[in-house]
Amino acid sequence: MSAPTLPLEKPAIAAKERGREAIRFENVTLAFDDKVVLDEISFRLPHGETKAIFGVAGSGKSTILKLALGLMKPDSGRIYVLGEEVTQMSEEALFDLRRQIGMVFQESALFDSRTVRENVAFRLIEEGSVSEDEIERRVREALSFVELERTVDMFPSELSGGMRRRVAIARAIVTQPEILLYDSPTGGLDPVTSTTIVELIVKQRDVYKTSSLMVTHRLQDAFIMATHYFERQANKMIPLPKGVHCEVPMAFLILRDGKVIFDGDLDELGRTRDEYIREYIA
Amino acid sequence: MAAGDFQVPLISPAEFAKEKVKALQDYALLVGQSLANLFRRPLYVTDMIQQADLIGVGSLPIVILTGGFTGAVLALNSASTLSRFGSLTLIAQLVSVGMVTELGPVITGLMVAGRNSSGMASELGSMTVTEQIDAMRALGTDPTKKLVTPRVVATVVMLFFLTIISDLLGLVGGNMVSSLLLGLDSRQYWTSAWQSLVWRDVTTGLIKPVLFGFVISTVGCYFGMSTRGGTQGVGRSTTQAVVVASVLILVVDFFVTKLLITLLGYR
Repeated sequence: MSAPTLPLEKPAIAAKERGREAIRFENVTLAFDDKVVLDEISFRLPHGETKAIFGVAGSGKSTILKLALGLMKPDSGRIYVLGEEVTQMSEEALFDLRRQIGMVFQESALFDSRTVRENVAFRLIEEGSVSEDEIERRVREALSFVELERTVDMFPSELSGGMRRRVAIARAIVTQPEILLYDSPTGGLDPVTSTTIVELIVKQRDVYKTSSLMVTHRLQDAFIMATHYFERQANKMIPLPKGVHCEVPMAFLILRDGKVIFDGDLDELGRTRDEYIREYIA
Repeated sequence: MAAGDFQVPLISPAEFAKEKVKALQDYALLVGQSLANLFRRPLYVTDMIQQADLIGVGSLPIVILTGGFTGAVLALNSASTLSRFGSLTLIAQLVSVGMVTELGPVITGLMVAGRNSSGMASELGSMTVTEQIDAMRALGTDPTKKLVTPRVVATVVMLFFLTIISDLLGLVGGNMVSSLLLGLDSRQYWTSAWQSLVWRDVTTGLIKPVLFGFVISTVGCYFGMSTRGGTQGVGRSTTQAVVVASVLILVVDFFVTKLLITLLGYR
């Protein structure tokens, strides 16, 4: 598939230059009633890296994203996002931090009573300081990034599942956030549409250097991301030459029984001797 | 499928009490936030006007109908009793005081609760179960500011005016019955209806819709925002919102009436 043109400006990666981590989890524990979902998990997401999170259903993958965004609070442990400890922040302070983070929800979570334009522009309108012309320009840029410019006046109910997911990505990137959180962005989609979404995520990673956490069930998506990079001149995702896949900022995190059992790159994943992981990736 | 699959898990009384206290706490928190948001920026005036149109203008037909027929039936029912004592001319006074102090606010409140409390619960409930509320928070917008406060303000303001319209239509309904069916003089009816009202009646009748509007909107929003369990949960929230709002209107009505009688005395 050929990728769209790159209309967006280079995003601010000031935080990276300041040498801060994008996200850090320190001994985070969370239980629902008596069931421990996350048990003292720790990991870090360096700036510019995309980390794919795996685990069986109910293993707390989506919960990690909600914790990082401050939508949920852990029972214990600390979570740092862009240097701020979200576990200690008030809801009011979190709203400011969330403006630097984009999130793509599992079922897109588009506002169904608003058009695609209004959905994508939501954050810009809420900021209150962006002119209407500027909003229109940035909405069109974001939609052109996901190749959905023509849907600008449509409602989410008029779009297919894949298109809704792409609009959700456009909504997440319209303010050029420093961090992107993807919750099963390819879940329930056909292989062609999944590849389109994966290409958009790779483009965001390689062109805009956005730090990302991506929850997914589809190992093949993460493998594609670890073995491909976005070629700006060709304007499409192409495979890495053999043996250099560790050069793309891509990591894997695997959860089991509430604990992190693997955190590393594709090479380390291939070398692991853990029976469960070998079976998982087989 | 085995019959046991449909068994409802039993909850211990302590657990049940804990759940109710937690619900009450969450409701109180939402009420507090919706009021505090009035003093925080942004204020979402456009959303308030949009909601006022939906709640106020949208409820106008049912308020006109219920107000008119309530006044008419009040006149009709009291006519036989009053005529037995030769006091049929008091019918205007009875309709006037009854509508303005009690029936106008309560009937309008119940109608708006049925229409709008359910609407708020189902709309916000659908948004909750489809993660739109979480998406709004993730986009850096406070849902209580954007969704709850405009609905509360719009309901309080519009119920105030809807009640006045309902009171007036009730008096018109009473006038129709008294002049067309009972043969009373229309001018005498209006003079009597006007003169029988004292400022205390009007105050009572205008304080109640403000409180009822607050109850209707906060209950609707609370059940919407706390919806769990998909489409079935949305249906449950909608029903609960209407039932709780309606019952609370009657409960609040009793206590407000008692309070105002204590403060202002009997007529």
